[in-house]
Amino acid sequence: MNATLAASSASDPASFHAWRAYALEAKYEFLRVLRTPAFAIPSLLFPPLFYLLFGVLLNRGNSAAAHYLFATYSVFGVMAPGLFGFGVAVAIERERGWLALKRVAPMPPGAYLVAKMLMAMAFALIIYAMLATMAATLGGVRLDIAQWFALGLIATFGVLPFCALGLLVGSRANAAASPAIVNFIYLPMAFLSGLWMPLSMLPQFIRDVAVFWPPYHLAQLALAAIGREHAGGAFGHLGFLAIFTIVCFAIARRWLARTA
Amino acid sequence: MNSLPYPVARLANAVKRYGQTQALAGVDLEVHRGEVLALLGPNGAGKTTAISLLVGLQQADTGSASLFDSAPNALAARRRIGAMLQATSLPETLTVGELIDLFRNYYARPRTVADVVALAGIDDLLDCRYAKLSGGQQRRAQFALAICGRAELLFLDEPTTGLDIDARETMWSAIRQLVAEGCAVVLTTHYLEEAEALADRVVVLAQGRIVAQGTVAEIRARVASRRIRCVTTLADAAIALWPEVRSVARDGGRVEIVTDAAEMVVRQLLFEDAQLSELEVRRAGLAEAFVEITKEAA
Repeated sequence: MNATLAASSASDPASFHAWRAYALEAKYEFLRVLRTPAFAIPSLLFPPLFYLLFGVLLNRGNSAAAHYLFATYSVFGVMAPGLFGFGVAVAIERERGWLALKRVAPMPPGAYLVAKMLMAMAFALIIYAMLATMAATLGGVRLDIAQWFALGLIATFGVLPFCALGLLVGSRANAAASPAIVNFIYLPMAFLSGLWMPLSMLPQFIRDVAVFWPPYHLAQLALAAIGREHAGGAFGHLGFLAIFTIVCFAIARRWLARTA
Repeated sequence: MNSLPYPVARLANAVKRYGQTQALAGVDLEVHRGEVLALLGPNGAGKTTAISLLVGLQQADTGSASLFDSAPNALAARRRIGAMLQATSLPETLTVGELIDLFRNYYARPRTVADVVALAGIDDLLDCRYAKLSGGQQRRAQFALAICGRAELLFLDEPTTGLDIDARETMWSAIRQLVAEGCAVVLTTHYLEEAEALADRVVVLAQGRIVAQGTVAEIRARVASRRIRCVTTLADAAIALWPEVRSVARDGGRVEIVTDAAEMVVRQLLFEDAQLSELEVRRAGLAEAFVEITKEAA
């Protein structure tokens, strides 16, 4: 995408055209997803419901727990649009020939993935806004403006490693199996990364392997952003997530290139 | 046609195998500006693989594919083609109008929506979600996407499968109109009457090789046999003994005789049965020629 933008100056009609193509692609991706209840309902409804149940109702008045759970449920919430939006959607579109047709059509390079990424980021932001509203009103979470904003930023961009992981699944899995595979990654990974309860309450061997899971690193960044206790430095976490994202994307692109 | 420096699409000695299966075993193919080329062949003959190579979905193992003298997956080449692939389903929750909007946007000078709608015969479908369409309507929506960029070359992989007769006629006339505008078409089909109705040139593939090519008339002429139908009192078995007769079958009250020497057989029939009626002699159609050619190749 960067190469395309750099190559075309503002006066070039092709650059305007490419921008419009990206925008429309993202718009229709968002509409398509919003009208797919099997995707939209679980990803928009489950994180707020889970947060309401475990972060608000079952946590009466414990301020530290309320803040911890708000940060980690935000991470839990933004995993879904990335994993499902890519994992399931790409598997379906690959299997049903839509991906092939778009490859033959003169779609700007990367528009397919960029549109899906923008869609996932938009969903992540919506999910974060819902959780934040509940946290501020019902959950007893008190943050300053900068912290609310920082966590929103982490949520919005934190969806990207899960887009990459979802793409990896979607580029190989068959469409019927992909929701099960994604769930099999999503839920255990959330638990093992301490999103539902702090790692300190979990057995040592789970704590030992937590550094291997991307949600763990995103959760540490989220906790740091709201000034709560966290492990490791921000650069380490960012580095892990960046490398993880790039490696997954690179492998997935190779796999996708081989499927017709 | 010959004044052009290069064909709009070309396969040069293209070989493609999937594991043990040889899908294409060295195919040379050229598509010229404004012509309709029909790729025919039984299932597994390599038609869809040939199209996949030409549109850049797959790479040839050896040999090459090109579009407008460049690599098929080059963006500039793809801007000049449109495609209707086999076994495609579009996103179910988008409407036909939204899908057309999305695809028109890929091209610098797209066809107007009204134009696309009229050509594809989808007047009343613009606001329908793709999932709500019948099989034939879905095929027409896919056709609409293929034509919305004013392509110079259209790939239509079994475009009319699942269409009723009216819808098929609509699509044929749309294809003729596009060809009249100068568009070239590569068509695969199971309906030989479709190739007969549309194609300037026919290429017959079998087991990954070209086994015949030429105009529809040339392909038909490869099969010398003609069919004679009549109502006669002569016994089938007796007719079958005549040396020029290749086969005899009975269809209701009529006898159908296949022969390479129709005149001699007709003379003999009239001589032996003065009461003979409803005589009819027909040259083999593309269908018969096709059966013959692929049988020879197998």
